[in-house]
This record gives sequence, structure tokens and C-alpha cells, in this order.
Amino acid sequence: MAEAQNSPTSSNAPGQGGPPPAGSTTAGAIAVAAEASSTVATRMSAPPSYDVADFPVPHGREEEWRFTPLERLRGLHDGTAVASGEAVKIAVEAPEGVTVETVGRDDARLGRTGAPVDRVAAQAYSAFTEAGVITVAKEAVLTEPIRIAVHGEGGVAYGHQVVELGAFAEAVVVIDHTGDAVLAANVEFVLGDGAKLTVVSVQDWDERAVHVGQHNTLVGRDASFKSVVVTFGGDVVRLHPRVAYAGPGGEAELFGLYFTDAGQHQEHRLLVDHNVPHCKSNVVYKGALQGDDAHAVWIGDVLIEAKAEGTDTYEMNRNLVLSDGARVDSVPNLEIETGEIVGAGHASATGRFDDEQLFYLMARGIPEKDARRLVVRGFFAELVQQIGVPDIEERLIAKIEEELEAAVA
Amino acid sequence: MATLEIRDLHVTVEADNATKEILKGVDLTVKQGETHAIMGPNGSGKSTLAYALAGHPKYTVSGGTVTLDGEDVLEMSVDERARAGLFLAMQYPVEVPGVSVSNFLRTSATAIRGEAPKLRHWVKEVKETMERLHMDPAFAERNVNEGFSGGEKKRHEILQLELLKPKIAVLDETDSGLDVDALRVVSEGVNRVRESGEVGTLLITHYTRILRYIKPDHVHVFADGRIAESGGPELADTLENEGYEAYTKGGVSA
Repeated sequence: MAEAQNSPTSSNAPGQGGPPPAGSTTAGAIAVAAEASSTVATRMSAPPSYDVADFPVPHGREEEWRFTPLERLRGLHDGTAVASGEAVKIAVEAPEGVTVETVGRDDARLGRTGAPVDRVAAQAYSAFTEAGVITVAKEAVLTEPIRIAVHGEGGVAYGHQVVELGAFAEAVVVIDHTGDAVLAANVEFVLGDGAKLTVVSVQDWDERAVHVGQHNTLVGRDASFKSVVVTFGGDVVRLHPRVAYAGPGGEAELFGLYFTDAGQHQEHRLLVDHNVPHCKSNVVYKGALQGDDAHAVWIGDVLIEAKAEGTDTYEMNRNLVLSDGARVDSVPNLEIETGEIVGAGHASATGRFDDEQLFYLMARGIPEKDARRLVVRGFFAELVQQIGVPDIEERLIAKIEEELEAAVA
Repeated sequence: MATLEIRDLHVTVEADNATKEILKGVDLTVKQGETHAIMGPNGSGKSTLAYALAGHPKYTVSGGTVTLDGEDVLEMSVDERARAGLFLAMQYPVEVPGVSVSNFLRTSATAIRGEAPKLRHWVKEVKETMERLHMDPAFAERNVNEGFSGGEKKRHEILQLELLKPKIAVLDETDSGLDVDALRVVSEGVNRVRESGEVGTLLITHYTRILRYIKPDHVHVFADGRIAESGGPELADTLENEGYEAYTKGGVSA
């Protein structure tokens, strides 16, 4: 159980409670840095770079790799995973007002949201042969989502995707990952001034898949970014959603939902870099775990730079452990270089659905399976309701039901 | 007529790496329409009887039988017992985060009744029952027992009793921790269910206070894991005046 809140001004963040389950660790930290060098940045074993050669091969004890089972990355981290043709099929469906292109490595629109921060992201950047670029014209307001279907056909793939919204454009992007693949791919979201983008990334992989990626977002002046990361499948999924701002008035809401089953490793490492004044961020990730060696990792880094006055940020991670043998590592970090902010806080709580709760529900006639379903649905419902895209909400609820059916069977 | 029969019931718990026998041969028959008060000092095994009947996994039945209308209760899982008509109002109701009272009640009623109650009737039924228990309608949107006061938890238990209409209701120290007003409201709820004549009630209590509101037909004194004495309502008066000392060896009472 870790709880930490920080209110340099007048933030009033709710605390979370509950007993920690056996085998879970959570730790939180708030650093108020006096110097310009960020510990969030320096905790990494190498500075960000587009070139994989700038990163040593990780051995597993580095801060950014210590929770990840390297031996299950199938060579993505040490250069031995060689891309095979047609390993992944990508299909894009886009309504009018959207330009869909495939471009070469030298396209100037690639890599504008920041460099890879770890070796696998750099490997992906160094190894992809062509990239996808999706552009929504300025002031275009899409009524239908852009759908990107990524289907693994088995084999190794490296990819790169850019989604750019012109000024005041509005769009919903749904990225679906299915099938089996060993995939390292980075995605960039660039929001023009006043643009509104909702991205739903669903990791619904087959059970052997490995997926590692960095998702960089650059939020324009007065722009709104909403990200919903949903991870159900795969053997190892390790995603790195990162947000920075290109101008004041930007807002980022980062929602995440994961259901970690026996043997799965699902890791979400977030960074919100408040690098300009008067921006907001709100991070809520919730996960349920069930089964032996189910392992969820959540790292929530928020950096408020010295110049980012007027920042308002809150981040929360909640985990619900449904059975013995599962493990959660939840580490919120908040680093504050200015006190002139609206609010900053974080909370992490890991609770378990315990035998007493089960007994109480069953003593009211509710069968065990239904009791678990009731609790898990309740746990996720509040988060799902915040997505704001009705057909996605319905699909997620159905998917959660499906996961539960499989988990309790 | 529904009948709960408890014969020579022995129950053990594991504590400090040792098996401890808590119930040492309980015999009791509760029929539909009857109210039995079980009274006794702390540690006499009253609550163990309640939890063992409901099937709590912490308690192991080491001997004896429990039947409901001839059906073997001990063979049933916890939820099967509830669906067979056994209800336990708990002394310490459990918080269930993320599950609203309204969702919980409807799920439970659906399980017990075997079909989802018709929505319009159900909403009315819940609303009226809550009103009678002096419960704020906003209560239905709160999470089950989360942040409830002691009185709210007990009202919520009785709300379930009224809605689920069991054949046999076991009320485990429902009166503990209640002020006089709350005790009266809760007792009225229990009495409404009793007046239907369709429930057999096993009222477990440490104090005689609740018996001013809920009149038992039979009173049993529980001591050292078994029923030490049985009688009519007048036995409660004797206990009121003399306490449990006659039933605790050497006068030791917690």
C-alpha cells in the first residue's frame, strides 16, 4: 500500500485505502527538486536516443527494466529478434477528411514528439522500414472513428505510426491489436492548437504475443488529448505512454484498464511532462489480476518543470487482486520543480477481493462466479463511463465479461 | 411448514495451529413462524452457530447434522443455503467496494427468487421497504457497507431480510451497537417479517434489550458451546435480573 499526496498549494486529493495482498509491492515517491536535472529522466540507464546503439543491452537490474521478464521479450531487447516479412497486417479505415499515407524513414514528420527512451523503443525506431502517417485536416471534425487494425500473423515486426490532427480538428482513433506477434512499435500523436483527440488502444493479443512500444503525445495549445489504453491479452505487453505539451492550456486524460490473467506480464509506464505553464493532466489506471504469476506493473511519473506554473495534475492507480499468486508493482512518482501550481497529487492502492467479501455475497444467494463478476464490473464501471465513446464503452464491458468468463471458468 | 433441525452439532475452528472445538453438541429445532432467542455470554459460541449454519469456510463441522425440511444443509455451498431459504443477518457486515447497494440487492433477489424481479415492481418494493426502515433513497447508490455507520449496516441487513423473505432467519447480534431509535426501527423490520408467519427466526443476542421489541416464543441459554437451558420468554427475565453467572463456570464472564 502506498499513498502519497502532495499539495504545494491547495490541492485536496482523496486518499485510498485497503489492505495490500500478499506478494504485492507498491511504493510511491514525491520529489521536490531544487536543481534543473530531473530524477525522472536520470533514473533511466541511458539518455533518450533514436539509435539503438546508444543503449546498452539491458541485464534486468536497471530501474526501467527491473520489473520486466527480459527472457520473455523474444530478443526485442538484445538485437536478436529479426523482422520477418508480413509478420503484422495493418488495415486502416478512415472517414473523409483524413489522409492515410505510408512513408519512408526519412519523412520529416517522423520523430517530432521525442526520442525513444529505452532500448526496445530505440530498436523499433532503428529497425522499421516504412511508417504510417495519418493526418486529419485542420478544423475537420470527424463523426466516425479512424480504425487501425493491427493483426499479428506470427513473427517479428518493427513499426512506426504517426497520427496528426491539424488545428481545431476533432477525431477518435481506435487501434486494435490482435493475433500473435513479437512487435516493437512506437506511435506518435501530434495535436494542433485546440485539437481534440481520443485514442483507444486495445491490446487483445493471443496468449503468446509480445508487444512493446512507446506512445508519445505532443498536446498543442488549448488542445485536449484523451487516451484509453486497454490491455487484456498477450504474454508480455509493455507500453510507455508519454505526454508533453507544445503550448499552454493543454489537457491530457490518460485512462487505462487491464485484466491480467495467469502467467501474463502487463506493464504500463507513464510519463506526463508538464513542460509548459497552465496545463492539466489526469491519470487513472485500473487493473484486475487473477491467477498464478499474473503480474501487473504500473509506473506513473509526473514531472512538473520549473516553468510549468499553474499545472493541475492527479494520477491514480488501483488494482484488484482476485486470487492468490498474482503480483502488482505500482509506483507513482511526482516530481515538482515549482510550487506555483494549482494542484498535484497521486494515489496508488491495491486491494483484494477477499474470502469475506465472497462469503457475504454468496450468503445472499449469489453464486461464486456471479459474485466475482459483480465486484469486477463495479470496479471498472466508473472508469469505463469516463471514456465518452458509447460503442467503445459497450465493447469494453462485453470484453471484461468475456475475460471474467475465461478467468472464473 | 419449513423446519430447521440442528442435531448434536459440533464445530471446530483452527486457531494458533490448533483445532479448537467451539460447538459441543447443539440441538435445536426452529419452525416457520417461531422465534427463538439464543442468549449467552461472550465466547459461548453463539456467533459460531450463526456462521456455521451459513457455511462460513472458517468453521468446520466435525459432527452432527443440520437439515432444512429434511434437506442436508451441511452438504450445500454458501449460496445454495441462501437459495434454500436460510438467511444470516451478520454482526459485522462486509464492505464490498465497487458494488452499489441497488445492484447488490437486485442481483441477490434474482438469485434467491430464481428470476429477475420485474423492474417496476422491484423499484417500488425497494423504495417502500427503505422508507419503512427510515433509509435515505441515496443509500441505494452507495457501495455495499462502504463507509456505513453501525446503524446503517444493520438497517441494510434488515432491508435484505425483508426483501429476500427467507424461511429461516438467523440474526446475529443485530442489536449490538444500535441506539434505542435505531434498535426500534430495526426491530420493527424484523417484526414485519415475523408477522407474515412464514419465517422462523433465530435471534442471537447478548442483551435482553431487543426482546422488549421482538418477543420470542422460546429462549435458550448458550454456554460453553451448547444449550444449557431452554424455556419460555420468562427465562429472559431471569437472565435480565441475574445475568449469565449461573451458566459460566466460576462466574467468569467476558
